[in-house]
Amino acid sequence: MTDVVLETKGLVKHFKAVQAVDGVDVKLRRGETLGIVGESGCGKSTLAKLLVGLEKPTAGSIMVRGQEMTGLRGGDLRRARRHIQMVMQDPYTSLNPRMTVGDIIGEPYEIHSDVVPRANRARAVQELLEIVGLSPDHINRYPHQFSGGQRQRIGIARALALRPEIIVCDEPVSALDVSIQAQVINLLESLQREFGLSYIFIAHDLSVVRHISNRVAVMYLGRIVETGVDSQIYERPTHPYTQALLSAVPVPDPRLRGHRRQIVLEGDVPSPADPPSGCRFHTRCFMAQPRCAEQDPILAIRERSDHPSACHYAEPRYLMA
Amino acid sequence: MSESQARSMVTEPGLPGPARHADRGRTRSLAGDAWRDLRRNPIFWIAAVLVVVVLVMAAFPALFTAADPKSCALSNKHLGASGSAIFGYDFQGCDVYARTIYGARNSIEVGVFATLISGIIGLAFGLGAGYFGGWVDAVLSRVIDIVLGIPFLLAAIVLAKRLSHDPESNGVLAVTITLGVLGWTTAARVMRSSVIAAKTQDYVAAARMLGAGPARLMMRHILPNSVASFIVVLTILLGTNIAGEATLSFLGIGLKGDAISWGIAINEAGPYVRTAAGPLVWPSVFLAVTVLAFIMLGDAIRDAFDPKLR
Amino acid sequence: MTDIHAELDAIPGTDPYAPLLQVNDLHVEFRTRDGVARAVNGVNLYLRPAETLAILGESGCGKSVTAQAIMGILDTPPAHVTRGEVRYRGVDLLRLPERERRKVRANRIAMIFQDALSALNPVYSVGFQIGELFRVHRGMSRADAKRRSIELLDQVRIPAAKDRIGDYPHQFSGGMRQRVMIAMALALDPEVLIADEPTTALDVTVQAQIMGLLRELQHQRNMGLILITHDMGVVADVADRISVMYAGKVVEEAPVYDIYGRPAHPYTKALLESIPRLDFKGQQLNVIRGLPPALTDVPRGCAFNPRCGYAKEPCRRDPAPPAYNIAPGRTVRCHFWNEVAGV
Repeated sequence: MTDVVLETKGLVKHFKAVQAVDGVDVKLRRGETLGIVGESGCGKSTLAKLLVGLEKPTAGSIMVRGQEMTGLRGGDLRRARRHIQMVMQDPYTSLNPRMTVGDIIGEPYEIHSDVVPRANRARAVQELLEIVGLSPDHINRYPHQFSGGQRQRIGIARALALRPEIIVCDEPVSALDVSIQAQVINLLESLQREFGLSYIFIAHDLSVVRHISNRVAVMYLGRIVETGVDSQIYERPTHPYTQALLSAVPVPDPRLRGHRRQIVLEGDVPSPADPPSGCRFHTRCFMAQPRCAEQDPILAIRERSDHPSACHYAEPRYLMA
Repeated sequence: MSESQARSMVTEPGLPGPARHADRGRTRSLAGDAWRDLRRNPIFWIAAVLVVVVLVMAAFPALFTAADPKSCALSNKHLGASGSAIFGYDFQGCDVYARTIYGARNSIEVGVFATLISGIIGLAFGLGAGYFGGWVDAVLSRVIDIVLGIPFLLAAIVLAKRLSHDPESNGVLAVTITLGVLGWTTAARVMRSSVIAAKTQDYVAAARMLGAGPARLMMRHILPNSVASFIVVLTILLGTNIAGEATLSFLGIGLKGDAISWGIAINEAGPYVRTAAGPLVWPSVFLAVTVLAFIMLGDAIRDAFDPKLR
Repeated sequence: MTDIHAELDAIPGTDPYAPLLQVNDLHVEFRTRDGVARAVNGVNLYLRPAETLAILGESGCGKSVTAQAIMGILDTPPAHVTRGEVRYRGVDLLRLPERERRKVRANRIAMIFQDALSALNPVYSVGFQIGELFRVHRGMSRADAKRRSIELLDQVRIPAAKDRIGDYPHQFSGGMRQRVMIAMALALDPEVLIADEPTTALDVTVQAQIMGLLRELQHQRNMGLILITHDMGVVADVADRISVMYAGKVVEEAPVYDIYGRPAHPYTKALLESIPRLDFKGQQLNVIRGLPPALTDVPRGCAFNPRCGYAKEPCRRDPAPPAYNIAPGRTVRCHFWNEVAGV
């Protein structure tokens, strides 16, 4: 159990009427990448903010390296933050345009002044620039002088400054061009190997998530509906939503036309302010039975599946016919 | 895979990036870019030169005229231009040109200090309301609304009268305070909305997540990114306050005694405009040009600092 | 009801045997204070009826500008079409007077965009906006226009269309709004639909719905579809032919199976190797080093040469590689395409 670097139990966040996150249990082990996928309204961004303390949970617990984070204040909270950092989605708004790159990456050292003594800070920042593949000579440049991919690297360097154990990546490559995405993904992977980092990787692009994750959790309307290692989720999904989601992802191979099982969901995602009764997915589910509208299935390992799923009728479906 | 191998795989060699300017190598800040744009803008230069001239006029009026604005001879009443009195003489026989030059000081003084007062009040209200939100914002915003709702002239009259008890004073302080205390609302509103916009930016969230406290967030992240519009409003307010002094003096509740300002000059010249237009026209021209110069300057600075226009 | 179709068919220069849409040597420049950006630098495209052409490329490659030039909705200035033709059934749209062009634009070629919220007018109801097309371009009565609008909303699968006809754009979800935009585009039965990143901003399940809808409507109406996107998965699903763009030029053009099976241009090949795939795991993502060039400062010779693994001396010298015709329906702008394709 000491191997578990991050754990949440029953994490809940309600914004007035909107139940953005409604009971999420997550476990992250050292050196592993947990991918979290879902579409808009599923609560993954809110989950990211909860994990790094940008939002306070309505209920539930977050334990980082065994230490309870909720309820921490002041200096304790600040010190606890050293262990979990975030890389944000939009490289164009996540860097203060009026600060030099050196100041941006060095800010963690100014806030946590006991980590690196002042005399060594410039050196530390230059090292970080090198680690993420940027030239240390650019330490005095401003963000607008860099491209999107480079800015994302700066954001990664900033997240790395305090040498956290856990990095929450909130859609880190969604705003980047396709050919740049690979650069940043490779960087994240190599950093993980080099520093023994554990990642929570949140994205809507299932292919990217599969590539980088060891385990994956699928979210729908504030809950995790299925979780497992990547081969379980991607090859033997058991929850109908996961199955629909996977079948909707286009694969860059025209020879597969007509060979993939197409599950097209009707209608739109219900509003998180007014989730359906019973199983939240039942209004769009192609397998829904009367029981589904009444009883809310819990996330558990079911009869026919080898990994947890929140469906009364969970059953693996192979999507490549 | 070794560490250096891994690193070289992800390093970007020095390939041409998105080149925008020939001087790519030099470090450029937003202010540096703004200056580059301002340099090229003819409106900026015209306005800046005018403002500098007016400021010098206010500080060193003797540089512009050797005449004494207070040495007036009734025998010169409403005479046309002669000798160094290029604008002629007013109804008291005073040199209009000299009075206009010397009048700059009071007008500018009132304008600058009133704006400073407005700026401080506006900054405090705007920053407080915008940053703290909630009930603090509600209370402060209502105060702003109330002050905004008071009719300016009414309030100015009341305030000016109350503040100028001392018959010896020339009223500069009273007018300055009056204008300062009544003119901060727009600046506060602009500051408030800039702060609210800056507050929601991702980089502020990033700083919060790093553990930054409110002081650092306000000083390092929010203020620098929300102050540009505020400053531009202030330059425009400067022009407005100079005109405001003129208005109050024109109405007789501004400067008193033998103080000289453009407003007073215009006030006094009014009844005689049929006889001699000079004493009215010239101070008005100076006033209008100065106000315009400040407004143009404010516009040029705002445009240069707007990253969206790049 | 005016007979707009007869009028449009009779525009001088109409050639019934010409492709539906043909773009020849199109050049579009943007004159900015940082210099001249060659956004479109010699683009050739064609589209046949009922065909789907995908224009594939990353941001800054010129694909959206090309589409806007075809539609005639470029902001001039700063954009200037400096050379080339856009022929609709043989008629050069660039040289048509604006009145005629507008008629073609509304009735024969339509466009949908990435962001429906900004393409739809927020202060008018959806029914009004669609109905207006019928009233203005077909001279229909209000009642008829309303009826047709409801039919259209049905066709794009908006549930309870009759009830939703009076709703405003913000009352629809993202996917629904996209459908409304499609309905508007198809209202006047165009022959060509240009879709500029229509699903990029949508969730994956909604994307599947919209792409399915587009495919169905295309077949029903025998329409030509130009799909502009950067998503190689979507393209593989729906396209017949693909034109890959880089730095303002079409660097490779081929039928879809050939592009994925045996790419002949280093950029296409590198792109394919750099995207993670749903059905594989653990492959190494190959990185394309460097960045796309600024359009004000395109490298000499082949624009891709600084980033290209196959680049040799001729690639760095002007002129840029011509479009080699390597097979029927296949062109490549690369001197060393046989190396790339492994031929």
